[in-house]
Amino acid sequence: MKLAAADFKSKAATNLANPSLQRALTRLQERFVGARAKALAELPAVAPLRDAAADIRAHTLENLDHYLTQFEQRVQESGGKVHWASDATAVNRILLDIARAYGVRRVAKSKSMVTEECAVNEALGAAGIDVVETDLGEYILQLANEPPSHIVAPVVHKNKEEIADLFAQHHQRPRQTGIPELCREAREILRPKFLAADMGISGANFLIAETGSALIVTNEGNGRLCTTLPRVHVAITGIEKVVPTLEDVSLLLRLLPRSATGQSITNYVSVLTGPKRAGDLDGPEHFHVILVDNGRSHLLGSELQPMLRCIRCGACMNHCPVYQNIGGHAYGWVYPGPMGVVLTPSLAGMSGTIDLPNASTFCGACADVCPVKIPLPDLMRALRTRQWQGQMRSRGERLGLAIWAAMAMRPRLYALATRVAARLLQLMAGRRQSIKVLPLGGGWTRVRDLPAPAGRTFRDLYAERHTRQINRPQEDHSPFAVSPSAKRGQHRASEQRHK
Amino acid sequence: MVSVPIETPAAPRPLRVGLFVTCLVDLMRPRIGFAALALLERAGAEVVVPAAQTCCGQPAYNSGDVDASRTLARKLLKEFSGCDYVVAPSGSCAGMIRVHYPRLFEGLPEREAINDLAVRTYELTDFLVNVAKLSDVPGRFSGRIAYHDSCSGLRELGVKQQPRVLLAHVPGATLVELTEPESCCGFGGTFSVKFGDISARMADNKCAQVVACGADTIVAGDLGCLLHLEGRLRRQGDTRTRVLHIAEVLAGDVRGRTSAGGDRISEAATGERT
Repeated sequence: MKLAAADFKSKAATNLANPSLQRALTRLQERFVGARAKALAELPAVAPLRDAAADIRAHTLENLDHYLTQFEQRVQESGGKVHWASDATAVNRILLDIARAYGVRRVAKSKSMVTEECAVNEALGAAGIDVVETDLGEYILQLANEPPSHIVAPVVHKNKEEIADLFAQHHQRPRQTGIPELCREAREILRPKFLAADMGISGANFLIAETGSALIVTNEGNGRLCTTLPRVHVAITGIEKVVPTLEDVSLLLRLLPRSATGQSITNYVSVLTGPKRAGDLDGPEHFHVILVDNGRSHLLGSELQPMLRCIRCGACMNHCPVYQNIGGHAYGWVYPGPMGVVLTPSLAGMSGTIDLPNASTFCGACADVCPVKIPLPDLMRALRTRQWQGQMRSRGERLGLAIWAAMAMRPRLYALATRVAARLLQLMAGRRQSIKVLPLGGGWTRVRDLPAPAGRTFRDLYAERHTRQINRPQEDHSPFAVSPSAKRGQHRASEQRHK
Repeated sequence: MVSVPIETPAAPRPLRVGLFVTCLVDLMRPRIGFAALALLERAGAEVVVPAAQTCCGQPAYNSGDVDASRTLARKLLKEFSGCDYVVAPSGSCAGMIRVHYPRLFEGLPEREAINDLAVRTYELTDFLVNVAKLSDVPGRFSGRIAYHDSCSGLRELGVKQQPRVLLAHVPGATLVELTEPESCCGFGGTFSVKFGDISARMADNKCAQVVACGADTIVAGDLGCLLHLEGRLRRQGDTRTRVLHIAEVLAGDVRGRTSAGGDRISEAATGERT
């Protein structure tokens, strides 16, 4: 998928002014935030479970080579094949090779953000292969030719009226607006596509090293159709999705659906191991897994490694006050919200993504809800540090901060500058006690007033009080200005006097 | 942090508390500093105010300028070295020292001294409740207060009940809860300037909740959040809602005055001292 994060701010502004999107985002928040809290409350204790989940993911990443090799071996033993793709180009090359080898002309796809990342649909389309998305949300987006705006609920930005319009336009049927009717219509259109598909493409929520299985969690049943009906099944996923054992996965599954949609478990949990065996009633004849790096291995061994623990539940964005207000498209790539502002610069590059790690107040809500305890604000800060050290931030920002830091290191100069500033700002505020326009402070006053300062700094007021009391008896020669309550308001101002 | 066991010095001498005023309070609203001072003294502390203090370095740290933030951390460490505790009327600045300073100095020679400083550093209400065990505050108030849980204090330091416990001791103050007291107000330091539109919308969401719960006053523990919220309220034409720092309410007499008014609070807060 093409990176379009450079105009984050203007997209954010547009989205803030889009009332139908705002309603959709409010609904998302109402639905997912409350549902998650309720679902987690079912568990006897969440904290130890999160600890264990984080440990499993961290342990796997520490030994990623081992578990990936084990996974590959098990896949081979069960009759499948693993392919290693260093980047999106490699993914598409491998996929097209597989398609050619089996004479594939039609593909049914279940939801996968990694395939969005690698623009798989475009590559298949360019090769003359017919691809249909079968997850309802992704199908709608395919009709609309739009990227997803949420990793779990990709079409959250659209309301049912817009969807009704799309269906009417593309299906050439009478427009319907009821949700059950729309679902039925999609089902009727998609069913023949499943049956006709030569190849099914899925992602994988987890890869299980000890069994060589790809595990997917879905709610619509389309994932199971995609992975069992067509002759060929290709699972495409990131190298970081591997976990050691089925037992580990079962622990992670206690957290994933609860964190994502507030479900105790999803409608379907499919563990897909190898192609159809003799005597099996269904399943693909050929089973392939494409393991995608696409920048992930660069995170290993760096301070950003914890990001690879991510199990793609979306809780961070559901709880992010920035995402809640601007939606996913503003982020300009596959992954929005807190996990996106870390992943996008990490995978798609630092240039063109300058705004992303800065687009957070560091409120910490994301880290609080992350089931695998990724310290998202810390990772954003690490990226800001890289930007700073790589001199990627604007000259104005660098200069401003340099001047401020130089002053803060020089207390006397700082005292003088703040004394002047406090007075000046107070004069500017005037009677109204509020500044409407501040030269050089337009970033602040464009959207809000600056309440007037008191006119004098604490430092000056405090020193003045002490000067008034300077002739009182003193015993303590500490280097501090001391105000011992025990001595009923006698204040020392030694340091002030030495200034 | 909440309920971290503290060894109080055995000597009869009062706790020596270094007041870290914070750069915003120093420049914009000194009465908060005096209110904090009055509260700490009320709690029996001997308060020292290092005169050369400036800023904890958080703007540099959160911008990615590690060198500048380390330099300012070293400066602060030196200035507050003689104190039993360091207290700031800000969860964000206290969190910077307590949580982030140790990370900044991992593997560096000052690490131990920095850690020692970090564990002695408290947000004001956290210190008053959990260390000084203060329950009797001098504040007088009249009105309905919505307390906004500023993010760093809440999530880094566990400041949640402390301000509420103290507010319950202020005659005339009625506490009403926001529907989402823990959602960010949109300040976020440089975020407020870089992403003004988003920041303003977050403030509007917060302020709408204040109106909805029938409060006439927003109180929080961080001046950054307060300047942002007050600025946005005034810009939107709301001149009535009072926006106050928790220290102002706990130490001052703020009966019937708007936050855009004069400096009566500082006089009230410190009247007994002058």
